[in-house]
Amino acid sequence: MSYDTWEIWLLIGGLGLGTFLIRFSFLGLIGGRRMPEWVLRHLRYAPVAVLPGLVAPLVIWPEATGGAPDLPRAAAALATLAVGLWTRSTIWSILAGAGTLFGLIALGV
Amino acid sequence: MTTASNTGIFLRAALDGAPFMLVVAPFGLLFGVISTEAGLSLAEVIAFSVLVIAGAAQFTALQLMLEHAPTLLILAAGLVVNLRMAMYAAALAPHLGAAPLRWRLLMGYFNFDQSFALGLQAYEAQPAWSMPQKIAYFLGVALPLGGLWVLVTWLGAVTGAIIPDNYALDFAMPITFLALVAPGLKSPAHMAAAATSIALALALAWLPAGLGLILAAMAAMAVGAEVERRGAGP
Repeated sequence: MSYDTWEIWLLIGGLGLGTFLIRFSFLGLIGGRRMPEWVLRHLRYAPVAVLPGLVAPLVIWPEATGGAPDLPRAAAALATLAVGLWTRSTIWSILAGAGTLFGLIALGV
Repeated sequence: MTTASNTGIFLRAALDGAPFMLVVAPFGLLFGVISTEAGLSLAEVIAFSVLVIAGAAQFTALQLMLEHAPTLLILAAGLVVNLRMAMYAAALAPHLGAAPLRWRLLMGYFNFDQSFALGLQAYEAQPAWSMPQKIAYFLGVALPLGGLWVLVTWLGAVTGAIIPDNYALDFAMPITFLALVAPGLKSPAHMAAAATSIALALALAWLPAGLGLILAAMAAMAVGAEVERRGAGP
């Protein structure tokens, strides 16, 4: 790693402060005021707008396999999604995904 | 339910968040191990997890450091990855915006994927909750998970444990995110937003880390809102 100590601390401090300001942003600025309906209508879709896009490249091009598609990881992603849709439960969804992944790897797939 | 004590709600929230420990733990452990092996000191590794508490951003920063990217670019990329949390703050504001400042500062610090997703879900299911009850729920999810995040980071850093690749710990994050999203795909508008997000994130994957994701998310939110406005959701 080719960074001076001060550069690393600048990065950690900057990332920490910046992340806090992002997280606090609307909690701090808006206070108790209600926001317009069209804003709320957009924000309602924030989680399903960000997280699938965050996951998709990780599933299709897993870093651990150097970006090559991988059957256990693809199957685990499908199992997590399917069980989550079916049960509407985050708990069962995670267990299905982890079980599928480690099961297939244990079987040597 | 509105008569539930704050302690009771805090404990219920901790239970709701408990399954995420199974994915937070290996993920934080992995960060500790990899960042230590990459040459960061124990203090630097711990500071990362205490000050940033954001797995995706921490791993993004680590990856770019290994690629010898300029410090300011790494900073920018990490923050872009975390921009989604501004949307979390905005979505939580109608529920938590009237809380006293010191509590909003604390919840802002702890406003991450799991606390946001479970918190919002609970507030929509329990509209009669008082502010202390809402705060108790949020912190009940966030404190154990945030504490565990730092603890396992430390554990990974000091043991430097060798984790075989075939344990697939790298996949803890995708499973976490999918498990957070799937139960919420409850209408055509949600489905349309998710599909837009996936398609654009893949199509824009060539952009600098995090930038394609943010553009995809903006478009996906607009698609979800428009489908809802036309009467197909939520």
